[in-house]
Amino acid sequence: MKIKFWGVRGSIATPGPTTLRHGGNTTCIEVRTDANALIILDAGTGMHPLALSLFPELPITAHLFITHTHWDHIQGLPFFIPNFIPGNSLKIFGAFDPIAQRDIREVLTGQLQYCYFPVREAELKARIEYHTLRERQTVQVADATVTNLLMNHPVLNYGYRIDCNGKSVVFTGDHEHLTNIYEPEDPEYAEYAEYIEQRNQAIVAFMRGVDVLIADTSYLVSDYPAKKGWGHGTFDGNIALARQAGVKRLYFTHHEPTRADDALERVCQEALARHPFEAGDPECLLTREGLTVEI
Amino acid sequence: MGPSKKELPRLVEALPAFPPSVCRILKLTSDINCPPREIVRVLDQDPPLARQLLRLINSPHCGLAEPVQSIRQAVVIVGINTIKNLALTVAPIEMLGRDSDRTPFLEGQLSHAFAVGLIARQLARRLGLPERETSDFFIAGLLHDYGKIVLHRLFPTRHNKALALAIKKQLPLHKAERELFKLDHLGVGALLAEKWGLSPHCARAMGGHHLPDDPDSDSPLPDCVHAANIIAKTVGLGVSGNPRTKTALPESVARRLGGTLTELTGSLGEIPAEMHKVQLFLNAWNATPADSA
Repeated sequence: MKIKFWGVRGSIATPGPTTLRHGGNTTCIEVRTDANALIILDAGTGMHPLALSLFPELPITAHLFITHTHWDHIQGLPFFIPNFIPGNSLKIFGAFDPIAQRDIREVLTGQLQYCYFPVREAELKARIEYHTLRERQTVQVADATVTNLLMNHPVLNYGYRIDCNGKSVVFTGDHEHLTNIYEPEDPEYAEYAEYIEQRNQAIVAFMRGVDVLIADTSYLVSDYPAKKGWGHGTFDGNIALARQAGVKRLYFTHHEPTRADDALERVCQEALARHPFEAGDPECLLTREGLTVEI
Repeated sequence: MGPSKKELPRLVEALPAFPPSVCRILKLTSDINCPPREIVRVLDQDPPLARQLLRLINSPHCGLAEPVQSIRQAVVIVGINTIKNLALTVAPIEMLGRDSDRTPFLEGQLSHAFAVGLIARQLARRLGLPERETSDFFIAGLLHDYGKIVLHRLFPTRHNKALALAIKKQLPLHKAERELFKLDHLGVGALLAEKWGLSPHCARAMGGHHLPDDPDSDSPLPDCVHAANIIAKTVGLGVSGNPRTKTALPESVARRLGGTLTELTGSLGEIPAEMHKVQLFLNAWNATPADSA
């Protein structure tokens, strides 16, 4: 499997001189199976340069797995140029939205209303299919299987796991580590803690032993108290999670948009220094636009 | 049979208890920093509401791998934000009584009540009231016809006759009710407001929404509910059971609200979309077996 990062920034695209090394595009990850089938994880603004890179291969069949439909994970979709060219095929997978009672097709076609974008869905030339996924539903994409698990974010967010010929990668999408909403003295505290423990076990099992874990690492432990409940992870929390799950390599992504490259590299080094490497620990790295990983 | 004067005390006794969850959820969620456990506590204290929420979360559409058994477990799996936002729509529906004895009239009433609540809140926003005060307008609009729901539930045969009489004679429904009940939904609304200890403005919205022209009122709430009721009927949101619709607002109401019926109707904003969402919830509800919670 090959993984290429086209967008690694969280929340909002952040172009400019301070983000040149890691990049300013929002989340979009290309995964190629051993049989070269194309899987795309999220459709942030990084989807536009990805689209440009696909021209030599047209016509294509792409399988787009949306973790959730917040702007920074879908904003590149209308600019996915193969959609305007006959012969291409895009299969889109994602969760139901219980708040709006809409499936993934209804949510995403809302993005193509005329007031937001000049081309209506009916005018797109590619063949586009929508598949609203149940939790843990498995999708076969050529020689790979893709399954999902609900993570913790202020909208339903699927983390995806791709397995291909014995190699595996998990992308969390946006995910905040679960915390107890009760105080220790509250009578409900113990029951809630038990639910969290069960869920954490499910999350750890989902990513157990994967070759690569790509995890939302927006915050520092020191940022976190002011941003609790916003649905994002920390360096320290992800290192602990990756250790617990026996992950081989951990990539920190969804970089906080106000963090310049220098600061990002510094806080990453500080986090790693707080958790000295021990035998069996995952290798921990920052994502950057254009980074290619082969497993 | 309908209530006579002697039967009034029994009627009052039979009136439903005030369902406070919706008010508490609206107040809590107007603060973005509201502790999640406070929202869960409201749901803990309202088992029917909690059941309906779990029913939606466990619906096949939502696609959870394992059904959740409790609100606390649901918060861990789908997150507090999803629970909070579901509760914001489900609690008002539950308040109006989404039970098994619903009839086409009650379905239409539910949509009408929702529309009047949403429009009354929109009118309050248009007047520049602070957002934290506008939930009272929503509640008052939601409850303004509750007397009708109570009459229909307690005396379904006679109330159906009143509905038919109103259509046949082209009477306002409250006049048809008076012919058959000696009491109309406004009177029942006033009794309810008294029993529930609601504010005088909310009581006026429930007991006098057809005659709101009270220049001495120090709140725009009765005016907003009165106008919202007419706007909802004008644009056909829900079914009030009243065959007659006013074609204009009283001049004094239009002056106080700063717009004619046409102008206010033109400022509905997202309300038709909100109503569509309510209908989708009702559809999902109806499509989900009751025991799936």
